[in-house]
Amino acid sequence: MDLSELYRDVIVDHNRSPRNRGRLPAPTHHAEGDNPLCGDRLRLDVDVAGDVIRDLRFEGSGCAISTASASLMSEAVKGKTRAEAAALFGDVHRMLTGELAEAARLGKLAALAGVREFPARVKCASLAWHTLNAALAGSRAPVTTE
Amino acid sequence: MAAVREAVAPLDLARIRADFPALARRVNGHPLAYLDNAASAQQPAVAIDAVADYERAHHANVHRGVHTLSQEATALYEGAREKARRFVNAASPAEIVFVRGTTEAINLVAQSFGRPRLAAGDEIVVTRLEHHSNIVPWQLLCGQTGARLRVVPIDRRGVVDFDEFLRLLGPRTRIVALAHVSNALGTVLPVAEFIAAARERGIATVVDGAQAVPHMPVDVQALGSDFYAFSAHKMYGPTGIGVLHAREPLLAAMPPWQGGGDMILSVSFEGSTWNHLPHRFEAGTPNVAGAVGLGAAIDYLGRAGQARIAAHEQDLLDYATSKLAGIDGLALVGTAPAKSSLVSFTVEGIHPHDLGTVLDSRGVAVRTGHHCAMPVMEFFGVPATTRASFGLYNTREEVDALHDALLHAIRMLR
Repeated sequence: MDLSELYRDVIVDHNRSPRNRGRLPAPTHHAEGDNPLCGDRLRLDVDVAGDVIRDLRFEGSGCAISTASASLMSEAVKGKTRAEAAALFGDVHRMLTGELAEAARLGKLAALAGVREFPARVKCASLAWHTLNAALAGSRAPVTTE
Repeated sequence: MAAVREAVAPLDLARIRADFPALARRVNGHPLAYLDNAASAQQPAVAIDAVADYERAHHANVHRGVHTLSQEATALYEGAREKARRFVNAASPAEIVFVRGTTEAINLVAQSFGRPRLAAGDEIVVTRLEHHSNIVPWQLLCGQTGARLRVVPIDRRGVVDFDEFLRLLGPRTRIVALAHVSNALGTVLPVAEFIAAARERGIATVVDGAQAVPHMPVDVQALGSDFYAFSAHKMYGPTGIGVLHAREPLLAAMPPWQGGGDMILSVSFEGSTWNHLPHRFEAGTPNVAGAVGLGAAIDYLGRAGQARIAAHEQDLLDYATSKLAGIDGLALVGTAPAKSSLVSFTVEGIHPHDLGTVLDSRGVAVRTGHHCAMPVMEFFGVPATTRASFGLYNTREEVDALHDALLHAIRMLR
C-alpha cells in the first residue's frame, strides 16, 4: 500500500491551503453535502451567469481527500459552462473508479487518481462534485455520497 | 481497580496472543496491532473451533427432534444459555433470552415491555452518551406511544450528571435506559447507583452492557437491573448472537414480540398459546452456532480471569493516556475518572479518516468516525474522533505502534 499515491503533494497542499474557501456574498446557487458517517460537511456557493460558472466558494470540514477535492474542483470548473463542468465530473468519476485510462489529461485533478486504490475513500473525493451538481440543479436537500 | 491489580498475577500475554489466530496476521507489511476491540473483538481459536465442531458434527434443529443430533444441538444451545446465566449471575436460565445482539435486545424491550405500558406524556430517560442503539429504539417507541425522551447531560469529561439524572426522574418516568460503559468515550457509569434511584421510584431500568462485559465482571442481581443486554462479538465471540437478561417477573408479563415456531406451545386458527420462558421470545430456529461460540468465549474469559483482564487493560489505558499526551495537538475526548480501556481523540489539523488510513498503512487498526454516538460528537463539537480500544490481548508495544504511526501521520499530513 503506497500512501504517497493517495496523499500526493498536490492533495496535501490543497488540504493545507484550500483555494476558494469561504462564502459568496450573493450566490445564484448553493447546496450542502454531508457524509455523516465520515463527518464530512460541505457548503458550496456558486455564481452562475448565463451558462457559465463565474465563481464558486466552499466551506465546511472534511478529510484531506474531500477538502482537496473540493479545492481542486473549485479551480477546475471556474469559467466553465455547465456542460463542460458536467463532462469534467464524468471524467473525474471514471478516474476515481478506475475506468479512465488517461487521467493525465485532467491536469491537476489527476492528483486524485490514487483514490481508486482506496475504495472507501471514493465517496470523500466525489462529495464536492455531487454537491456542485445539486447546486446547479437547484436541489434543496443535502447531498450525500455514503 | 487498583486493589484488583495488586491481588492477581498478570496475564501471560504471549500465551493469550497465541490463542487468537488473527493476531498473527501482518497488514500492509506490518504486524497487525488490532485496536478496534470496542467495535468488534477478535476470537480465540477455541471459540472458532467450538462453532466449527458444532457445524461439522452436531448441526441440527433444536427443541424438536428425537434424534441424536437434535438432542446434541439442544444440549449445546441450552448449555450456552446456562453459561450466559452464570456469566452475569442471573437467577435462572429462563431470564436469558438469546438475541442477535444488544441492538435487538433493546428493541425487544422497547416493543414488548415498553409499548403496552407507555402512554402519551410518559417519559423515558436516557443519557447523552448513549450509542444510537440505545436512543433510536426509544425514539420509535415515543413515536408509537406519545411518550417523551428526556436526556441526562454529561460534562466536559464525559461524566453523566447524576444530580441532573435525579431531577429528571419524575412521576411520568417509566423507563431509564443507560450504558454501563460508553463506547465513544470509555466512561464507566456507576450504574448500580442509577438503578437504585430508579428502582426506589418504581421505574424500570435497561442497561446497555455491550462495552462492559468484555472488561469487568457483571452481576445483574447485585446491580438490580431489570434488563441487561450484551453482544458476543464484543467479548471475543461471534457476530449475530447476544443476550438479553430480563428479570423473570417482568419477562413473564411481556407479550411475545415476534411470532413463529419455537415460541409457541400450541397453534390453532382459534388461537395459539405461548411457550415457556425464555423460548417465548425466541421465535424461529435460533442461532445455535452463535450461542455455541458465545459459550466458548465465556469459558475463555473465565479461564483468563476477569480481574486479571481488568488489571491488564487498566495498565494499557494508563500507558496509552500518558503516551498520547506527549503528542502535539492531540486532545483526548472522554477523560472521566472511571474509564474503560479506550482512548478517543482528535489531532489538530488532521481529519480522523486520514489518520485512520495512515494508521492502517502501518498495520494499526482503529475506528474513526462518530462511533454511532452522534449526540456525543455534537456535545464535544467534533464531527468525528479516532478511537483506539484495547482488549485483553493488546500490549504496550502496540500502544507504541499507535503512537509512532500517529507521529508519522502528523509528519505526512499536517
